[in-house]
Amino acid sequence: MLAGIPLFPTQASTIASEVDNLYFFIVAVTAFFALLVVILVTFFAIKYRDDTGLKVGDPITGSIPLEIGWSLVPFIVAMGIFVWATTVYFHSIRPPDQTLEVYSTGKRWMWRFQHVDGHREINQLHIPLGRPIKVTFTSEDVLHDLYIPAFRVKADAIPGRYSSIWFTPTKTGEFHLFCAEYCGTRHSAMIGTVIVMEPDEYQAWLSGGGLTGSLSARGEQLFQQLACSTCHLSDGTGRGPSLAGVFGAQVTLQTGQRVLADAGYVRESILTPQMKVVNGFQPIMPTFQGLVTEEQLLSLIEYVKSLSANPAAGQQATTAAPAAPAAAPQGDRR
Amino acid sequence: MLATESPVNYLNVNTSVASWLFTKDHKRIAILYMVVVTIAFILGAIFAAGIRLELATPEGDLVSSDTYNKLFTMHGVAMVFFVLIPVVPAILGNFVLPLMLGAKDVAFPKLNLLSWYVFVIGFTFTIAAMVTGGVDTGWTFYPPYSTDGSNSNVVLAGLGVFITGFSSILTGLNFMVTIHRMRAPGLTWFRLPLFVWALYSTSLVMVLGTPVVAITVAMIAVERAFGLGFFDPRLGGDPVLFQHLFWFYSHPAVYIMILPPMGMISEVIACFSRKNVFGYSFVAFSSLAIAIFGFLVWAHHLFVAGISPYSAMVFSFLTYAVAVPSAVKTFNWTATLYRGAIWLKAPMIWVFGFLGLFLIGGLTGLFTAALGIDIHIHDTYFVVAHFHYIMVGGAIMGYFAGLHYYWPKITGRMYSDGAAKAAAMLVFAGFNMTFFPQFILGYLGMPRRYHMYPPEFAALNILSSAGATVLGLGYLLPMMYFTYSLFKGAKAGPNPWRATGLEWQTQSPPLPHNFAVQPVVTEGAYEYSKREIKVA
Repeated sequence: MLAGIPLFPTQASTIASEVDNLYFFIVAVTAFFALLVVILVTFFAIKYRDDTGLKVGDPITGSIPLEIGWSLVPFIVAMGIFVWATTVYFHSIRPPDQTLEVYSTGKRWMWRFQHVDGHREINQLHIPLGRPIKVTFTSEDVLHDLYIPAFRVKADAIPGRYSSIWFTPTKTGEFHLFCAEYCGTRHSAMIGTVIVMEPDEYQAWLSGGGLTGSLSARGEQLFQQLACSTCHLSDGTGRGPSLAGVFGAQVTLQTGQRVLADAGYVRESILTPQMKVVNGFQPIMPTFQGLVTEEQLLSLIEYVKSLSANPAAGQQATTAAPAAPAAAPQGDRR
Repeated sequence: MLATESPVNYLNVNTSVASWLFTKDHKRIAILYMVVVTIAFILGAIFAAGIRLELATPEGDLVSSDTYNKLFTMHGVAMVFFVLIPVVPAILGNFVLPLMLGAKDVAFPKLNLLSWYVFVIGFTFTIAAMVTGGVDTGWTFYPPYSTDGSNSNVVLAGLGVFITGFSSILTGLNFMVTIHRMRAPGLTWFRLPLFVWALYSTSLVMVLGTPVVAITVAMIAVERAFGLGFFDPRLGGDPVLFQHLFWFYSHPAVYIMILPPMGMISEVIACFSRKNVFGYSFVAFSSLAIAIFGFLVWAHHLFVAGISPYSAMVFSFLTYAVAVPSAVKTFNWTATLYRGAIWLKAPMIWVFGFLGLFLIGGLTGLFTAALGIDIHIHDTYFVVAHFHYIMVGGAIMGYFAGLHYYWPKITGRMYSDGAAKAAAMLVFAGFNMTFFPQFILGYLGMPRRYHMYPPEFAALNILSSAGATVLGLGYLLPMMYFTYSLFKGAKAGPNPWRATGLEWQTQSPPLPHNFAVQPVVTEGAYEYSKREIKVA
């Protein structure tokens, strides 16, 4: 029966073994100190035991060298762990340059995922083995947290801003996806499955299902519908700045401040355009707060991103290889 | 020491209800706190029982999700604000601080009574929130769920926490002034018992930290009631700002909970090792260091909440720094046993329980402070296990150690030593059985605050629930033998443990104004070695 009880989580991403190695090291260090204290206390309690309560102990008041020693040793050990853990942390939060992008929004009580090729799914995330994947996400209501234990990654989904996690899956199969930040009634039902597939199976999955165009194509459509295109002319002669080549670049504002045009900046510019006006332009853009959903915002961001010279790695996914559609696992695709 | 024992003590001087409700005697106020805190503890334990019963099966089958969410919220609110924060300072601190200082009372006896009334009013609001439908935000009240999402009694419960905060501030202020102004002749700072140093450090945190959480909770109430946008992004607020403000108090609050029990441990270890506390000044200053560093680590609760990686790095570093004074205390306690004459009475067994559990709680903090690992274990059962080891394993075990130590002084009667030792061992075993599996569950990835969970987590959860049953029995035992002791216990006499310290120089129970003659202090707090025969 014991064999059926898991005691340790699956390692299914490149970062997982890094996290676990550090974990085992700290287990060893803490076990050493715990045993040291327990053995000493037990030994002293037996050796110096006096059941009469009438004897007294030796008048030992302390020792400066010992105090310095047992302050320094824990400090040095702690600093060692700190440096190692911080290194692992920076690996786990800094994605490589080329990643397959996935967008997600959390809302009570489901996770919606959008792939750059236009696939959408709910509480399921299909991804290929061996490729670095970055999930950018936000929340439509309260705080949530996207957590995939097998990959050892987690980040809060915060309404009004974007978070991201990245990982390179190293194992095919199905893995839990949890909401890890309490969000009300059905918090514990806000769970899903990450399905890691061999690259060819993934291509087969991508080619199945009716698509309404890629994510950036949806964004482009919206860009026309919302009349963004009437001001943001691509040649730079419009009333708003041209968006070509903006994403990922530094933008100079009216205030002289320079900001990085990332997903958060694009989002802010759409919802609160008066906050950061680009140098040389009038603050005339109306707010689109309430006119676009979180998912539409993500498609607009993907469109703006596609206008930058650097072709996103994610676009490769759309070059789907022909494969048997029957092999595609069922997903909630619309 | 005592020529004759006075027939009048603080308990029998006047037994009318009014004499209790309008008392200005710090010892009676301590008893009043004990009554309310014990009620809160029983309530919190009942909620915990509900949680563990529900989690005995993976399906959400015993109670609805909403009920479950209310159970863990009310468990947290009752235990944190009405048990852990007041348990040692307001009960044992109130009772023994003036006695330890050789004083008649605290500096402001009327303010002390007011603190209790404020505490009761706050508790009443919280109880009202519970009986009129409950609250389901988690004890952390995170917005925007608390301001916009939840349909439960957030404002009422928040008001309860807000009001209770003032009780804490007033108590802290009272203790600080008392320690500065009320020490007996000859009682210099470095002759003070270490419990007094711990209470002083705690009072600093209470006075400086509590106003921040009171304001923060008030902002939640205002945002919820009037739509003022502090935290909700749709109103122009920032939900992460709340987390900064909340943890700026609530992390130091951990030290409000743990510093006084740590001080209590130093008292009991010295008495039952019958020698000086090893490295007195290091233990004393480590309390202050913990109180000060404790204010600089709050953002380690926000490692996955979208803070800058560089600020995360700084807060991780500071968190490791605060580990050092806690390690120093543990090593000094261990060294105190060396060449002592160790008398294994019940309070000492509770101290050993404290040491074991606090050790695990403190050392698992090295995991949660490690950025690379915290990303994985944040908001999982690993964290639940970690803070229960500190708060229940540390604070509550420390309270029981202190309660068993001072029970003869408080009531004038002894209790069954054997039963008290059995209870300590039962609590220790039950506690580990309940919470150790949760470390494994957390590393496996089980998120906290889950009403239902995937079936592969079932075995460890069943073990945890079974352990909670043992733990519950362990806590029932003291209620039984203490009650028995109240009526049938042997007379304790002024100093049943033959302890040093001014509190043992007056009769048990003490006189209404503590001492018949003003005590004068001529030596340090733990000069056992000078008093009696040396070890052979």
